[in-house]
Amino acid sequence: MTATAVAPARRTAARRLSNKVGRVRELGIVVALALVVIPTAIVNPRFIQPQSLRDLLLNASIVALLAVGQTLVVVTRNVDLSVGSVLGLSAFLTAQQFADHPGTPLIAGIGFGVVVGLACGLLNGLLVALGNVPSLVVTLGTLYVFRGIDYALAQGKQVNAANLPDALLNLGSSRVLGIPILVLITIAVIAVAAVYLRSYRSGRELYAIGSNPEAATLAGIPVAKRTLTTFVLSGLVAGLAGALWVARYGTVDAAAGTGLELQVVAAVVVGGVAIFGGSGTVAGAALGALLLGTITSCLVVLQIPAFWQQAISGALLLSAITVDRLLALRLAKALRKTEGTSHA
Amino acid sequence: MRNLLRWETALVFLLIVVALTGQVSTDGSFLSGGNLFYLGLDIGEIALIALPLTLVIVAGEIDLSVASVLGLSSALIGWLWNAGWSLEMILPTVIVVGALCGAFNGLLVTRLGLPSLAVTIGTLALYRGLALVVLGDTAVADFPASYTSFGTTPVPGTNIPYPIVLAAILAVLFGVALHASSFGRSVFAIGANEEGARFSGIRVKRIKLSLFVLAGAVAAIAGIVYTFRFSSARADNGVGLELAVVAAVLLGGVSIFGGKGSLFGVLAGVLLLGGLRNLLILQDTSTEVLTIVTGLLLLVSVLAPSITRRVGTLRKAAS
Repeated sequence: MTATAVAPARRTAARRLSNKVGRVRELGIVVALALVVIPTAIVNPRFIQPQSLRDLLLNASIVALLAVGQTLVVVTRNVDLSVGSVLGLSAFLTAQQFADHPGTPLIAGIGFGVVVGLACGLLNGLLVALGNVPSLVVTLGTLYVFRGIDYALAQGKQVNAANLPDALLNLGSSRVLGIPILVLITIAVIAVAAVYLRSYRSGRELYAIGSNPEAATLAGIPVAKRTLTTFVLSGLVAGLAGALWVARYGTVDAAAGTGLELQVVAAVVVGGVAIFGGSGTVAGAALGALLLGTITSCLVVLQIPAFWQQAISGALLLSAITVDRLLALRLAKALRKTEGTSHA
Repeated sequence: MRNLLRWETALVFLLIVVALTGQVSTDGSFLSGGNLFYLGLDIGEIALIALPLTLVIVAGEIDLSVASVLGLSSALIGWLWNAGWSLEMILPTVIVVGALCGAFNGLLVTRLGLPSLAVTIGTLALYRGLALVVLGDTAVADFPASYTSFGTTPVPGTNIPYPIVLAAILAVLFGVALHASSFGRSVFAIGANEEGARFSGIRVKRIKLSLFVLAGAVAAIAGIVYTFRFSSARADNGVGLELAVVAAVLLGGVSIFGGKGSLFGVLAGVLLLGGLRNLLILQDTSTEVLTIVTGLLLLVSVLAPSITRRVGTLRKAAS
């Protein structure tokens, strides 16, 4: 008698804890952001002037875009390490397209970059879904293949801002209501992806695949098709990010975006997307990207040598997955306790 | 097992094809003593790191931080040398630091149960970052010639470079450990079925931890070889080398899912990768194409088993 009365109470306690764990992540990032920004602003008040905040958002927006695509992939218990190379290839080809054909309409040129990214993503997706090969190895391979193609096509050349149309460069610098257009595009992509993951059947199925691939197959979810889709979307977003990279920086060579995959994976993990798959949100991943970008800017403002930056981002990634794991262990323990009482 | 044997036969066959093509297309200079010396030097670090990494992957884990440990050990050599330490003191210190880096990876994986992929992507950044912190973007090059001469001279009377001698000794040790000891059987058992291994009394966590420690220590040794071979201690030494090592191990027939593979196959994989790259360099191929070829080899080596399996089931279905 008492057992049945106690069990629901414990169960709600466990549910409350699991909700808290979810919320704690995004709240944690906001707190961490505050902890980073406030001391920096006290040391150097110029850090929170509108112009420097705009720069902060601009710098984070490209990584945030890639993090959105990566979230879709990681949620299904896969990973896409080739995003930096896809961005580089798309950036160079887009820039070359604009430089070689000065009359190219803005949308067509950016669309070209998106198509390049989509093709790369399709190749990744086909290899992973049909070849039945772990995505880590496939995308580690294509990371080098895409970058190699990028270098082979560029042959040491670079495209300068002088050869690019003003419309494109304006896209990188102009603002609407004080907010840079690039940031608005990023927010739009985040919103679309968030709605897709939250409210669409195929979006929810991605979480099911990541939680338990076998069970997802048995439940009739087309796992291979969904996996292919996530890689295509990740490639597409990386292609878009490549085109926007050109708009933002104006000068592009074959090395654009080298090593970016590490920052992206770090942003996604810091943002609370479980590397084991099955949980996480695009908003969290984008906040993760913002936090990492902010820390880099703060290190510059506080005049900490650039050499520390890589070590710090590595340490951040490690602490994020450790905290994540400890929270998951606590949650599992609480859930087990509930189950124990209900069986009794 | 039969599948494995066939894969290794195919590798040896491919090696012979590469050697013969190389010999014919370069008018005999591919297999000349001088070129073999440089080929050996070129694959030295890859061969060294591939040995412990094979054990790590057979046990079902991965270590992507090895190239960063190599860089960190190179940076430490330069920093300690600048600080006036003697090389007799520096070298053991560096190997211990490498082992500690491996132990850190191993503890995060075994004690906290974190996936080794995520952990070693993190430490890939962390260790490379520490290397930059230690040495910045400077290079230290004033090492005594007695330590750096092996980069230009082979073992007297032969064309064998010293790093290959070192790799061969370690290969025998690792070969015995993996294929002829109870430790090695445990490693295979863990990779094939971790839970089953634990229930049969194998100390899974301890063995995995020791594999990560070995990988760190050997990566530090590879860092020493790299530093003295080029007589240059830099923080960015060996950036991206983890790809070549992982590619060589997988090319050698080791399953990325663990539980399958042989050290002989891995050595053949290292030779094949090194031979192909050397041949392409002899023919003035650009480094971009080399990168593409390495990436493609990695893709082919993971796709091949999956394709043969599919062909096998198709054939079974047809008969």
